[in-house]
Amino acid sequence: MITLKINGLNVSVEKGSTLLEAARFLGFPVPTLCHMDGLSPYGACRLCVVEIGEGPKAKLVSSCTYPAEEGLTVRTASERVLRARKMILELLLASCPQSKIIQDLASAHGIRRQRFKQEHEDCILCGLCVRMCEEQMMAKAIGFRGRGEKRSIGTPFDIKSDVCRLCGGCMYVCPACQLRCTYNEPEKAICGGCANLSPPCVDKEQFNDMMCYMSPCVACEIKKD
Amino acid sequence: MNSTDISRILEKHTEKRGRLIAILEEIQDEYGYLPETLLKKVSEQTGCSIVDVYGVATFYRSFSLKPRGKHLIFACLGTACHVRGAPRIVEELERQLGIKSGQTTEDKEFTLETVNCLGACALGPVVVIDGRYFSQVRKSRINQLLNDARNGFGTLHIEKDERIFPVNVSCPHCNHSLKDETFSVDGQPSICVTISSDGQQDWLRLSCLYGSYNFACDLDVRPDSVVSFICPHCNVEFPSTLDCSVCAAPMVPMLIDGGGIVQICSRRGCKNHMLDLI
Repeated sequence: MITLKINGLNVSVEKGSTLLEAARFLGFPVPTLCHMDGLSPYGACRLCVVEIGEGPKAKLVSSCTYPAEEGLTVRTASERVLRARKMILELLLASCPQSKIIQDLASAHGIRRQRFKQEHEDCILCGLCVRMCEEQMMAKAIGFRGRGEKRSIGTPFDIKSDVCRLCGGCMYVCPACQLRCTYNEPEKAICGGCANLSPPCVDKEQFNDMMCYMSPCVACEIKKD
Repeated sequence: MNSTDISRILEKHTEKRGRLIAILEEIQDEYGYLPETLLKKVSEQTGCSIVDVYGVATFYRSFSLKPRGKHLIFACLGTACHVRGAPRIVEELERQLGIKSGQTTEDKEFTLETVNCLGACALGPVVVIDGRYFSQVRKSRINQLLNDARNGFGTLHIEKDERIFPVNVSCPHCNHSLKDETFSVDGQPSICVTISSDGQQDWLRLSCLYGSYNFACDLDVRPDSVVSFICPHCNVEFPSTLDCSVCAAPMVPMLIDGGGIVQICSRRGCKNHMLDLI
């Protein structure tokens, strides 16, 4: 067993577990987009950054790939961590605004405006689908292709793969495939209506043909009271 | 496209990890690009999944999945070349070839590609054509370069090239001159020696010009085979003291008139040579 300190609390975890597992064991929420139990750690989204060490030697590491070490001091929600996480979220939001998961995380981290040029990518290259296909479905039909800004995920030669069984596992795990909350401003990346606590559903009657994907919706909860 | 070639390439690389890039490089050398069928074959025979093979093939700029032209042109667009006007050079290349960078001309002669740095920043703007580096390229020079490339850079101008000069050599054992006035190679008196290969002996006449690889020989010597050099006057094999740094065959020493030793590699096709002047 390895003993380490997370947010001031001592915790003992098994050898070989990661900081993310240790933090979640204690109940500290660490947001992540590219981690999933049963798939190998990858460290692509960087959302799970935590601060380790003390004083000037403190540094940010991705908790999903960093193994728990004896006597390590970990802070999962220090000012530096939150600042870094916020920046990562803003960048993710700028590249892939249609993901509800990213929107929710951005809302929860108090992001209220879009500072970066809005792009409409449909992939954040988290690699979940690639690992799902290889490690759980044993197919290895899709993979990373190209490099830099041309990097993409897909089958070799862009033709239907012989080994793909159309299981849909890749779509099931994708954090970017989920529809975003558009409310009444479809073009805007940030809905933020719920987190801003100005109830967006009050005049929902106008938008009867739309579906609210927020769960739980803060505004609805307020309305109930 | 035959499959024997690729199995020969695959046999050469037995290392489990890290052989994929070497294999792909050799295929690219042979075919000029990476054909889809061969990538599939590589994946089948190495046990690497096609996803990984394709990932590696698309990751590196030096690999191409599309057929390329006979002559490859790389124009450097790195920072140093950029400020020295590389974009104008690329523009001019594109205009003269009638293609955009990354494309191949219709007659399959030229492929133009831009690279981000060639590590020769002091020489910018740099253009590489068929592995030859051209420094401080001006727009006015491009037409000439393209023409040279079309005709092939390999042809040497023996009269004009300053690196080529005649040497008189003699046997290191009997010190008899090997010069043969009766037979000329490159328009100069040749160097006459006897060679022995596979139990057969015959004469070999080398060019006496240092830097020229021309020779005349009646004996049919297999490529890449090592032959022994024998002095035609004392009938003693040239005493080799050194192995070739390129192919490890014995080097053949000959004395130069005026002092010094020239050593040439005894393997057919290997052009390694050394000059020790005293």
